[in-house]
Amino acid sequence: MGKVINIQPITRIEGHAKVAIHLNEEGNVSDTFLHVQALRGFEKFCEGRPVEEMPRIVCHICGICPWAHHLASSKAGDACLGVTVPSAAIKLRRLMQMIAYVGDKLLNFYFLAAPDFVIGPDSDYSVRNVVGIIGAAPDIAKKVVHLRHLTAQILEEFAGRAIHPTFSMPGGVSKPMTEKERKKILVSADELLEFSKFTIGFAKENVFPKYLDAIKSIGVIKVGHIGTVTDDGALDFYDGKLRLMKPDGSFDDFAYDEYLDNIGEHVEPWSYQKFPFAKKWADKPVLDLDNPAGIYRSNCLARINVCDKMATPAAQAELEEFRESFGRPAHLTLLYHYARLIELVQCAESMVQLLHDPEITSPDIRVKVEPKAGRGVGCVEAPRGTLIHDYETDDNGLIKKANIIVGTTHNNAAMNLSVKKTATELIKDGTYDQGILNKVEMAIRAYDP
Amino acid sequence: MAVTVAEEWLNSCSGCEISILNTGDALLDLLPELNFVHIPVLIDHKYFGQTGEKDVMEIPEAVVGIVSGSVRNDEHKHVLEEMRKKTKILIALGSCAAYGGVPSQANMFTNEDIFEKVFRGCPSTDSAPDPDHPNVPKWLDNCKALDEVVKVDITIPGCPPHPELIADAITALLKGETSWSLPERSVCDTCPVIREKKSAGGPVKRCFENLEFNPEEGLDKMRCINEQGFLCLGTVTLAGCAGTAGVPRCVQARTPCRGCFGPIRKGARPMVDMMGAMTSIGLDPKTVVDRRAIMNRYIGGHGNLRPLPARPTRP
Ligand code: SF4
Ligand code: SF4
Ligand code: SF4
Ligand SMILES: [Fe+2]
Repeated sequence: MGKVINIQPITRIEGHAKVAIHLNEEGNVSDTFLHVQALRGFEKFCEGRPVEEMPRIVCHICGICPWAHHLASSKAGDACLGVTVPSAAIKLRRLMQMIAYVGDKLLNFYFLAAPDFVIGPDSDYSVRNVVGIIGAAPDIAKKVVHLRHLTAQILEEFAGRAIHPTFSMPGGVSKPMTEKERKKILVSADELLEFSKFTIGFAKENVFPKYLDAIKSIGVIKVGHIGTVTDDGALDFYDGKLRLMKPDGSFDDFAYDEYLDNIGEHVEPWSYQKFPFAKKWADKPVLDLDNPAGIYRSNCLARINVCDKMATPAAQAELEEFRESFGRPAHLTLLYHYARLIELVQCAESMVQLLHDPEITSPDIRVKVEPKAGRGVGCVEAPRGTLIHDYETDDNGLIKKANIIVGTTHNNAAMNLSVKKTATELIKDGTYDQGILNKVEMAIRAYDP
Repeated sequence: MAVTVAEEWLNSCSGCEISILNTGDALLDLLPELNFVHIPVLIDHKYFGQTGEKDVMEIPEAVVGIVSGSVRNDEHKHVLEEMRKKTKILIALGSCAAYGGVPSQANMFTNEDIFEKVFRGCPSTDSAPDPDHPNVPKWLDNCKALDEVVKVDITIPGCPPHPELIADAITALLKGETSWSLPERSVCDTCPVIREKKSAGGPVKRCFENLEFNPEEGLDKMRCINEQGFLCLGTVTLAGCAGTAGVPRCVQARTPCRGCFGPIRKGARPMVDMMGAMTSIGLDPKTVVDRRAIMNRYIGGHGNLRPLPARPTRP
């Protein structure tokens, strides 16, 4: 038996994981594991909770994407209780989601991912971080801190809480937007849109080209993709149908409540995180570098692959340019960073569009709901991928059963494959250093788990 | 001289860390004064050396230690004990660290029931034995607050704590203080709504409908949520979520408080006190649906929530 290299904790990600790289006698990689150590048991302890409380309970699953859980849960509740949510409420839900996502994507790109690109993947860990970014590009960094703070402030001032919101519930939202609020938020939204466009331009010019080699070599795998699209095929974060695309680009569309026919979850003894897989492609996910089976990816790269088009003009122009270079579907793992910024532009544009929609200030934002027995599947695209909340309620509107598949979980098998690929290619004859191990982590970081 | 800081997250959601980043411009002022020697969300320092060469977990020494999240498994316990050993002032950041937080709702169930559900009771999951591997940490008996495991010096409650509070506590430490706490006031003390010390009575309403208010008017023109007949836990919850100048955050959204800052003082019994407060305005606390879970939503550690003995099954 050879040795095991442990990388722990995996850093600059938003979860708890470690990587174990097993080497054989010759010092080459025999196997790798991404062990996810966190398990909290939400699906169990949500049993018995009132359905109208769920959106403000399940948001605590993730402090990075609480709005995604908040909204998916509201939608599952809407469906359990069989209510039609007023259109202004849906627009306000969408608006809050877009503001939160703009803040999240800025955080991810500048604070978590950029150190690898701007400071360099092999640099010493003591400078390869956000403090290093502030040193290297102080003006941009200041602007990012300021604008991220702005997104949090907008959410807080209007919707009370930026993290772990209480704003949305089955039947709608808790308050309407006044004209005064709309005008004030619009000023900030314009600033955010402008900076979002700057960011993708800046990255295309200064960041991605320098690391094109890394983009082409780290963690590249060819698997499927999942995402949400509207009836006319545009990428949508709040609502639509699910689309599961095979590695060759062919795809199937299905409604939320058909997810069980299409997605299974496999359990491995070495991780608390399950391994979702495409049921129609394989009986279980096969983590084999040469012949992977049943595996698909979620999150931004997957979404921009499955959609026929972006929903807004500037984002669509970016997508066309991206497809020109990388095709559809694009498989290079580090392109996640590029895809994330294309989405940033759509989120920012949608946010401004929604604020110009006359209906956004309508007072008609909640219908009264009645407790009843039912089942509802609510999905949204979380920053990290397709988020599924599936609830069953009893006559009193209490949760009987909950099944939740979070966005990042879809990527579990793909991340494991990317780790295996990177480690196998970079570690030879027992030779490795911190720079090489960091590149293994970069393969994980791209997915932003 | 910059102060050394080590930060860790345990059974957490990352929201507390995002709240640190949401301190905004204060963050830029504070950063040069803080020398982060370990913080997994931002810096690539590893437990076992940068190439995994060491056998024993090591977190560098630091003056200030910040830990978010509750203690759910044996690895959390191990990390927390190492943080205690290596830092002089240990801060419990957020209500998970302080009281167990939302994940401690799990304490209403046995571990066996939870694992049974997660690995063998979900319709999308192919049933399998519980994961069992040296690299997946074993669960402890229940989900604990930090001070059930080690001594904690400073608690910054909230889910998440307001960024202003985090900046305030850290600024105090930088000035050489060794303690920091919030004044013992209730959320109601910071709430501008109209109170008449009575309600319309009747069973407590669930949030099936919105509050009554005029959106064009401020909170000072809205009637207290409890007095409108809904459960609002402001009376028994520590003030602080509003930051230095605002109003309670959930009330700002025109939704009730669910107690995320925890009890007003150590040893308080929020559930008992809340039931008293409701009775005094003519509401029947027994009609609160899912009362035990809702009133202990953020404070299930410290033995507040336990599995109930099995009830006879109803036909
Ligand atoms: S206290 Fe709240 S924000 Fe902090 S880790 Fe716990 S759930 Fe997340
Ligand atoms: S009970 Fe709620 S609404 Fe009423 S004063 Fe207290 S915090 Fe405000
Ligand atoms: S109102 Fe209550 S639940 Fe809401 S943020 Fe404040 S303390 Fe937390
Ligand atoms: Fe998340």
